[in-house]
Amino acid sequence: MKELVVISGKGGTGKTSIVASLAALAENKVTVDCDVDAADLHLVLDPGVIYKEDFCGGKTAKINPDKCIACGKCFELCNFNAISNSIKIDKIKCEGCSVCAYFCPVNAIEMIDKKSGEWFESDTRFGKLVHAKLGIAEDNSGKLVTKIRNHARMAAKKENAELIIIDGSPGVGCPVIASISGADLVLIVTEPTMSAIHDAKRVFELTRHFKIPACMCINKYDLNLELTAELESLGIEIVGKIPYSKDFTEAMIKGISVIEHTKSAAAEEIKHIWKKIKEKKL
Amino acid sequence: MKIAIASGKGGTGKSTIAVNLAYYLSEYKDKKISLLDCDVEEPNCHIFLKPEIINREKIFLSIPDIDNEKCTGCGKCVEICRFNSLALVKNKIMVFPELCHSCGGCWLVCPEKAISKAQREVGELIDGKSYSLNLTYGKTRIAEPMSPPLINAVKKWGKDFDIQIIDCPPGTSCPMIAGIEGTDYVILVTEPTPFGLYDLKLAVEVVRKLGFKFGIVINKSSHNDHLIENYAKSEDIDLLAKLQDNRSIAKVYSKGEVILEKLPEYKELFKNLYEGISSN
Repeated sequence: MKELVVISGKGGTGKTSIVASLAALAENKVTVDCDVDAADLHLVLDPGVIYKEDFCGGKTAKINPDKCIACGKCFELCNFNAISNSIKIDKIKCEGCSVCAYFCPVNAIEMIDKKSGEWFESDTRFGKLVHAKLGIAEDNSGKLVTKIRNHARMAAKKENAELIIIDGSPGVGCPVIASISGADLVLIVTEPTMSAIHDAKRVFELTRHFKIPACMCINKYDLNLELTAELESLGIEIVGKIPYSKDFTEAMIKGISVIEHTKSAAAEEIKHIWKKIKEKKL
Repeated sequence: MKIAIASGKGGTGKSTIAVNLAYYLSEYKDKKISLLDCDVEEPNCHIFLKPEIINREKIFLSIPDIDNEKCTGCGKCVEICRFNSLALVKNKIMVFPELCHSCGGCWLVCPEKAISKAQREVGELIDGKSYSLNLTYGKTRIAEPMSPPLINAVKKWGKDFDIQIIDCPPGTSCPMIAGIEGTDYVILVTEPTPFGLYDLKLAVEVVRKLGFKFGIVINKSSHNDHLIENYAKSEDIDLLAKLQDNRSIAKVYSKGEVILEKLPEYKELFKNLYEGISSN
C-alpha cells in the first residue's frame, strides 16, 4: 500500500479540487482529508458517515475552587499565560502541560480530557473517505492528522486498497509535517505567482528534509508564462500544467469534481497528471 | 489600533488586503503604520513590499538540556512531560527537541537540578521599511512544527506603532488564534465559492466564540457573490468591501506588486474599508 500526499504551501492553488479529481480517477484507494482545520473535500465527495469518533488530543487544567487557596503558584509557573492572576484557566491558551497541577500545593488542579474534534469514516461515490473536523479554536491538529492517517491505513488494509490519497493543509508546520511523514510521494500543487513560488520552494525544502520524493503540477500555468518557466527550473519534476479555467469554480458550485464536470483541457490535463503518477508504480 | 486580517481558507487574498490596506494608510494617513506578517509558515507580504531590511533576529524556544553527570535516571522529568519529548532509555534521558512545547515542567521537577535550558531555533524575525511603512515578518525554520512563539515575537515587535495591520495564518487552530489575539478588529477575507463559504463559517465561529468585532471582505468578487452575501445577511455580519476578480488585479498580484501603486483607482475601496472599520 502506498501513500500520495497533495500539498501546496500556499492555500487556494486548487489542491482540494485536484485531490477530488484524483479520487474520481484512481481505483482501489482510500482518500483522506488531512486539512483538518479547514476541511473542504467533503463538499465535493458528499460522504455518508458510517463511523464517527470523538478526538481527545490532550488534556486541560481544571481548578477546584473549594480547594484553591489562591496562592498564585500556578499563575507564576504557567509558561503559556493560560492562568490569570485571579486564578482562572484560559482554556484556549492551556496546552495541557500539567505543570500547574503537578506543583499546586493543595492539589486543587485536575487535568481533564479535552474533546478537540471528531473524525469520520465515510462511504462516497469514489470509495472510502476518512475525514475530520477540528473543534473551533482547538489545537493538536498534528495529532488528529496522525490519527486519521493511521485509521486510513487500517481501512485500506481491510479493503485491500493499494493507494491512499491524502489532501494536506496549507503551510509547512505541524499538520503538514504530520501529513507527509513516511509518505511515498508528495504532489505539490502550485501556480505561477510570486507568492505561490515562494511557498512552493519552502514545501519542496520540507520534502527534501524528510527525504520524501516530490513532484509538482502547475495550475493556471498560462496566467504568467515567465513565472511558469521559473517553476520549471526549480529542479523538481513537473507532472502537468493545467490551463486557467473557470471549470474549477463551476464544478465546486455543483459539488462535483472537475473530471465529472467537463471534458475541457483542464480536465484532460488532470487525467494526464494521474497517468504520470500511476506510471511511478505507486 | 490593531487590525487582524484572517480567513479560514488559505489563498483567499489575506495578504493582498493586508498589504494594500497598510499601503493606503501609510500614504494617506499621518500615522505610524506597521504591517506584521504573522503567517510565519508561508509569509508573503515582503514579496509585494520588497522592504529594505533593518533587523534580523533568530527566535528561540527553551528546551531541556540534560547534565548526564548529575542525572540519576529517576524518570521524574519523563513522567511530567505530556508531549513525549523526553524518554528514559537504559537509565539515561533522551531529548526529542522538536516535540518540546517549553512548558518548563522538567527543569522544575528534576530533584538533582540536572536539567538546564538549551535553545531550539523556531525561526527568524525580519524587520524592515518599505514605502512609508514598517514591515515585520517571521519565517519558521523548515521542519519546525510550532509557530505561535514566532507569531508572538512578531506582534511584540510592532507594539509601538499607531496602527498595526496583522496578516494572520490561515485556518482556525492555534496559529490563527495566536494571530488574532489582542487585536481590536478582525477582517475575514473570503471568496465567493462553496469552499470559501464553508471555511468562512468556521472562522466566524472562532471570532464569535472569542468575542471579537469583525466584518467580511469578499475577494475575487464575481456573479457568485450571493453565496457570501446571503450568509452575511442572515447572520447580520458587516460586509466591508468587495475586490473584483479581474485580470488586471490578477496580473499585478502574480508579479508580486502592490495593487494601489499600479492601479490607484482602487484607493477608494481601501479608504471605505478603513472607514468601515474605524467607525465600529
